[in-house]
Amino acid sequence: MRRFAQLMELLALTPSRNRKLEALTQYFAETPDPDRGFALAILTGALSFKNVKPAILRDVVLAEVDPHLFALSYDYVGDLGETIALIWPHHGGTEPLPSLSDLVELFNMTSKSELPRLIGSLLTRASINERWALVKFATGALRIGVNARLAKTALAEMSGKDLQEIEEVWNGLTVPYTDLFDWLSGKAERPDIDHTARFHPLMLSNPIDEGKDLEKLDPADFVAEWKWDGIRVQLIASKGRVSLFSRTGDDIAAAFPDVTESVFGDAVLDGELLVGAGFEPLPFNDLQQRLNRKVATAKHLADYPGFIRVYDMLFDGNEDIRALAWSERRQRLEAWFQNNPQTRLDLSPVLSYRDWEDLAEIRRRGAAEQGHEGVMVKLRAAPYLPGRPKGFWYKWKRDPNVVDAILMYAQRGHGKRSSFYSDYTFGVWKGNEIVPIGKAYFGFTDEELKQLDKWVRNNTVASFGPVREVSKELVFEVAFDSAQQSGRHKSGIALRFPRINRIRWDKPASEAATLDEMQIFLEPFN
Amino acid sequence: MASPFLDRDLYVRPIDAYIDPPVPRARAIITHGHADHARSGHGAVLATPDTIAIMKARYGEDSAQQFQPLEFDTPLQVDDVTITLKPAGHILGSAQVLMQHQGQRIVVTGDYKRLPDRTAQPFELVECDLLVTEATFGLPVFQHPDPLDEIGRLLRSAAAFPDRAHVIGCYALGKAQRVISLLRDAGYDAPIYLHGAMIRLCELYIARGILLGELKPTLGTSKAELAGQIVIAPPSAIKDRWSRRLPDPVLAVASGWMSVKQRARQSGVELPLVISDHADWNELRQTIAETKAGKVWVTHGREDALVYHCRQQGLEAEPLNIQAFEEGEEGEPDARGELEE
Repeated sequence: MRRFAQLMELLALTPSRNRKLEALTQYFAETPDPDRGFALAILTGALSFKNVKPAILRDVVLAEVDPHLFALSYDYVGDLGETIALIWPHHGGTEPLPSLSDLVELFNMTSKSELPRLIGSLLTRASINERWALVKFATGALRIGVNARLAKTALAEMSGKDLQEIEEVWNGLTVPYTDLFDWLSGKAERPDIDHTARFHPLMLSNPIDEGKDLEKLDPADFVAEWKWDGIRVQLIASKGRVSLFSRTGDDIAAAFPDVTESVFGDAVLDGELLVGAGFEPLPFNDLQQRLNRKVATAKHLADYPGFIRVYDMLFDGNEDIRALAWSERRQRLEAWFQNNPQTRLDLSPVLSYRDWEDLAEIRRRGAAEQGHEGVMVKLRAAPYLPGRPKGFWYKWKRDPNVVDAILMYAQRGHGKRSSFYSDYTFGVWKGNEIVPIGKAYFGFTDEELKQLDKWVRNNTVASFGPVREVSKELVFEVAFDSAQQSGRHKSGIALRFPRINRIRWDKPASEAATLDEMQIFLEPFN
Repeated sequence: MASPFLDRDLYVRPIDAYIDPPVPRARAIITHGHADHARSGHGAVLATPDTIAIMKARYGEDSAQQFQPLEFDTPLQVDDVTITLKPAGHILGSAQVLMQHQGQRIVVTGDYKRLPDRTAQPFELVECDLLVTEATFGLPVFQHPDPLDEIGRLLRSAAAFPDRAHVIGCYALGKAQRVISLLRDAGYDAPIYLHGAMIRLCELYIARGILLGELKPTLGTSKAELAGQIVIAPPSAIKDRWSRRLPDPVLAVASGWMSVKQRARQSGVELPLVISDHADWNELRQTIAETKAGKVWVTHGREDALVYHCRQQGLEAEPLNIQAFEEGEEGEPDARGELEE
């Protein structure tokens, strides 16, 4: 437990992703089975104890601490688990805490009525840091800035295996992952997993370089599709069970019952999750209403019905067809749709074009008239390969929109950038006033950051904690993917994916854009 | 007990003097040199010789019209009040003020701690009728760990990251010297590097007999030389441009507030060191009980919880709600996450 507590503390407090990764890698390499497996499970959210709930822990503490003092303390600390860890009044247990695997055993085997006594004795045996980690381990509420992806990346680094390979087997594994660690340490073969339960790593695209790529590629070897503005998903339907995974392998089926319950037939499909009635996609903003929720409300289901625009097939029934060429997979996919009529799945159409110039025009008009993000260009002969292989799939995004905006506020960054004013809020003219339209913290070089930091410090007109208001003189050329109406912003506009394209040291603020000029960027279907 | 001869703004009526007044007064008794207790501009100041030295170093030789030093444990008769300064263990020279008048004993603790600290004269318990106690860490979640364990965490981190500098944010008066002395006690004998704002007070401590080992200024030291070294700086500097001279610094902050990890994390502190110069919740309660005071006034901090606790124990207790005119020495980090102590 001591080692796990040290790991947890380091993960919670180091802002650097690389250092978190190093710490995880070292922990997994040094810790024996099955403890490391239980640590992995808690870090990836795969482990929880049915009876150990925050409310039980609170009751255990309230038996020892005056409730009024507990309330004052909780109010100050703001986090129940941490309040419990800090306030526990008994110290000096002589025995060390049990190992993670023993803890798991204890939590699972102890009856509900005996649990309070167990928890009390564990809290007393723990040192202060261990107590904090113990509460997090018991309740599973980590809040330490680590996700499953990072933990798996550490496994890849530790073993020299490919992250994709680990993702391939991940969803079929069970805690404490001894077969996984055996494979990673070369002691056993790769675990054999039933495909129907597991996520298959996605094939990703590379951005097209118009200057270099197009002249080398024969348009006849490729097909094009719209690039849809939703989220990439993998749908697995097998023997009446339907799973839905995000691009990182998170299971999001519970948030989209309208989609999963409608699927008919067996397959593993790749597509874009969108919302809208009658297969008419609503803007990404509307989709966001349904993301990051554990379950969907009736109102969400009615206002933002989900559907999937399917563009590829990995398994036809139980048959793995990933080695087949795109054109063959597409035939299989179309046949599958013929045989299994769907209400919440449709096919992403293939765009016909003569040559690259023609496709460029389709792409431009799609962006201007329908708000499409761009087009995807796929090699007809390409198999379905996990990862981001070169030369098969390209994304050809529409040209970014740009606007000249005025720097209004600057805020200190995080981690390496904590001594720099690196987060910028900028705005445009609305009459004689400047209203904020967005915030960006990248797009500039390190050298430019130094210049900007200096400029901010020399042109500050007011400070609010870490935020400085600056004199309204510096113009940024801001690039962004799209603009949408937003009630949350004073300007009424929200930019998608804004970044600093150029710093216009030369341009006077009076020549920056106006809010009226911004109206043309608003999505046509809004 | 008879009604106290001390008013709730710490005005000692029979001798027309204030204790730690936040605004200039004709006569002031100063418990210790931190800015929320010791201010410039008073008429006559009564304090320990160390505190007077600190006030002169910080505010100037003539920051009060007259300084009257009083050694610890040396009763001073002023009219019909006997004043004795008792060690408070908070920082060098820090004192509790014991006042006796017509059979009534009143103690004002100032800031105090009871853990051993060789940079401050050790706390002495004083029995009294009315205790005016600080309450900086007056919540049961504040249970300070052994400071040497915290130093152990610092040294382990320094060993684990030999290419990085470890910069410890701490207040220039008291905490800096305490941290240095703890490092020395833990056997760390390499030079310790100081931000410019730390130098004068460290020199004062050394001149008054506190051993701190070899100290060097960061100014004029190259980035490469600072790899693997420990640097002491004010909290405001560790997140500002000054820190760019350090090689990939590990940001540490030494303060009692660092016990709440979620807070440390939000303020970007990578290595929180829970090292405090104040009594924690358990020490506060223990002290209140041991002084046998029947009446307790609570000031400087989280009055609510401690007042509630005292009343639960059957004591008469009141919060004083004295307004601090300046950020305290170990004032709570403000909502902006700037870790000013």
